[in-house]
Amino acid sequence: MAINPPSNRLWWKEPIHGIELAWIIIAFLWGVFMFFFMIAWHFIGNQNLSSETYRVNPDKFVERVEEFATEYQVLDETGAPVDIAGTPLVRPPAGGDVYMLGRLWEWWPALELKKGQSYRFHLSSADWQHGFSLQPVNINISVHPGYEHILTLTPTQTGDFGVVCNEFCGIGHHTMTGIIRVVE
Amino acid sequence: MTTIDQGTIGYAGPQVRYRTCPFTGRRIERSAELLIRANAVAAVVFLAVGGFFGLLVALTRWPAVQLLPADWFYLVLTGHGANVLLFWIIFFEIAVLYFASAVILGSRLATPRWAWLGFVLMIVGAVMANYSVLKGDSTVMFTSYPPMMAEHWFYLSLIVFAVGALIGVFVFFGTLVVAKDEKTYDGSVPLVTFGAITAAIIAVFTLAAGAIILVPTWLWSLGFISGIDTLMYKLVWWGMGHSSQQINVAAHISIWYAIAAMVVGAKPLSEKVSRFAFLMYILFLQLASAHHMLAEPGMSSSWKIINTSYMMYLAVMASMIHGLTVPGAIEAAQRRNGYTRGMFEWLTKAPWGNPAFSGMFMSLVMFGFLGGITGVILGTEQLNVLMHNTIYVPGHFHGTVVAGTTLAFMAMTYIVVPLIFQRDIIWPRLAKLQPYLFGIGAGGISLFMMGAGTLGVPRRHWDIALTDAGHPFEFAPGAYLMMGLNGMSAILAATGGLLFVVLIVASVLAGPKLDGPGAKLAFPLHDGAAQAVSEYGSEPHFKLPGTVMLVSIFFFTFVLYYFVNWKYLSDLWLFN
Ligand code: HEM
Ligand SMILES: [Cu+2]
Ligand SMILES: [Cu+2]
Repeated sequence: MAINPPSNRLWWKEPIHGIELAWIIIAFLWGVFMFFFMIAWHFIGNQNLSSETYRVNPDKFVERVEEFATEYQVLDETGAPVDIAGTPLVRPPAGGDVYMLGRLWEWWPALELKKGQSYRFHLSSADWQHGFSLQPVNINISVHPGYEHILTLTPTQTGDFGVVCNEFCGIGHHTMTGIIRVVE
Repeated sequence: MTTIDQGTIGYAGPQVRYRTCPFTGRRIERSAELLIRANAVAAVVFLAVGGFFGLLVALTRWPAVQLLPADWFYLVLTGHGANVLLFWIIFFEIAVLYFASAVILGSRLATPRWAWLGFVLMIVGAVMANYSVLKGDSTVMFTSYPPMMAEHWFYLSLIVFAVGALIGVFVFFGTLVVAKDEKTYDGSVPLVTFGAITAAIIAVFTLAAGAIILVPTWLWSLGFISGIDTLMYKLVWWGMGHSSQQINVAAHISIWYAIAAMVVGAKPLSEKVSRFAFLMYILFLQLASAHHMLAEPGMSSSWKIINTSYMMYLAVMASMIHGLTVPGAIEAAQRRNGYTRGMFEWLTKAPWGNPAFSGMFMSLVMFGFLGGITGVILGTEQLNVLMHNTIYVPGHFHGTVVAGTTLAFMAMTYIVVPLIFQRDIIWPRLAKLQPYLFGIGAGGISLFMMGAGTLGVPRRHWDIALTDAGHPFEFAPGAYLMMGLNGMSAILAATGGLLFVVLIVASVLAGPKLDGPGAKLAFPLHDGAAQAVSEYGSEPHFKLPGTVMLVSIFFFTFVLYYFVNWKYLSDLWLFN
């Protein structure tokens, strides 16, 4: 029994039973398959999280996001800046750089993107760690202060999408949201 | 004779007292017995506290109930993680280590005084952590990611607790040496002890990683260090946090083997395969903390792939091997016990009324299906982005560490109480029911949190209605349903957990005494358990149609679910 010493002192010389051997081989091959499938997805798939990252001073990053927001601020007919629930709406050029800042407790600014266009997304935090969770698409990425993470994102649907924070960031965590609007 | 010699003899001799267990024929030494009792009792106390916190958390996350206010919710969630994942599990593991060394090998415990010191440090650390969390200055979650800072007592309490646990681990190693020296057993150590050794070796690595990260963080909280790199923290912290899950797995799989042996008389199918599978945990786990870094900036893809898969899949393979050999050993034993009809008579006629067995078997099934498969999905480089930090993650680990480890530990307690406390289980009818209540509840919270997670519900979040948020976003109605079902399952699990605590405390204090002659157990052990030496070793010849069927279903589910997730992933926006 498993609570007694093996009766055969040379237990490591016992043959392996067929059933066990077969299962070991199946489990091993399945592991090998899963290993290569991840590599394969880099070639056949379109969802591979970028690893392009730079160290950044959080204050500098905030400044760049603010410049970006001012430059591409959406204006209405009268020339007044447009906002969504108090967050400035920003319309970056297709194919260009896009910034999103996580801070206590908002995702800033609100973005208007074009469906089918690729954008270079810059993500970082001004203070604590946050979780960029795009809903209902369900793309979830960790955001660290001091690290600028750059990924190329191409929206494939239109509509208003929520950005929720899913890394605990203090007492206002459940109030931290943002918005990405995708138009044709 | 010199006085020195007398002194030495005096130490090793008269103080060591043994008794012979009437049910298993084993020699049990007094100080080992007392330390197992102390650690087991402490474990159950922290389970009671932490489980209660878990219920409060789940009821708050039930949108129709939302029991606690936000600040209390985050505070209690921090307390829940610490009390159950650290204190309940690790106190119990220390008891398991002492059991697997001193009791199973029939040896005395090495350096009982050190073992008591370790125990006291663990108690001090655990109480201090609860104090600093409940005081409200340390609501940082048990992962305490910087730059969010807890009060310095919080980090210190975890360090003190870890030092105590490390002492316990070394007492275990010492006991192995003593047993070998004093020749209390013959040949190689039993499989269960072997499994415990792997758990203990991983524990040393784990606690080292814990020290490497918690000591600087503590100094930072005191102001001696100006900052902690957030990425480095996560990487090293999970070197502790993930490896410690491997301790749990090695410990609860050892328990599966132990219970199968004691309750149905199971022998390992082959000693070699089972031991090799344990060994793989040590060899291939150290870098698995990588799968906590898949959605972080700055980690290269090849680093992610190598560390999460190459190493992890060999550990997954080890778990899959145990997933065959444990039910296989039970099937073989049951067929030997005479249940040979059809594919599943061995299973249907198994002792389902014995809480040790029912708890163990449910733990085995749910660990594989709920915790194991989903863990591999979460640990896949690209798939992780689908559920990183959603409530899918707690769903997954309530499958591993609650439905798996906790349920197995509960099952083991039904054996530890009669054998070590020498008190029988006090209300056998309630005890029969308990694993089902807790098991179904735990399975439910695991499943429904995962369901909500696939709909995007974040973890550690007070209000998914986002009432006070700047840009409220409507989660799908299904998410609310899932969180409600999660709350109901939590009530079931908490009822089962409370029943467990009450049963164990009552049995220990007032259960029928078992130290008299002719005493009988409410849940008898297999006859083979007492004839320790007559029939052990690998199972010689066997047929396992039922087990083959079970693992086939498992494998089919695994493959199917794996590809379903790739399908989901391919529907996301494009990113690279
Ligand atoms: C009555 C039993 C239990 C219930 C109802 C329960 C319920 C929950 C719920 C609802 C969450 C919150 C998920 C979130 O908001 O992110 C949670 C978190 C957690 N639970 Fe449990 N749980 C129970 C037992 C356990 C046990 C026995 C363990 C460990 C052995 C455990 C370990 C954890 C951990 C580590 C967390 C994560 C805390 C964090 O995110 O910081 N739970 N539990
Ligand atoms: Cu946040
Ligand atoms: Cu947050």
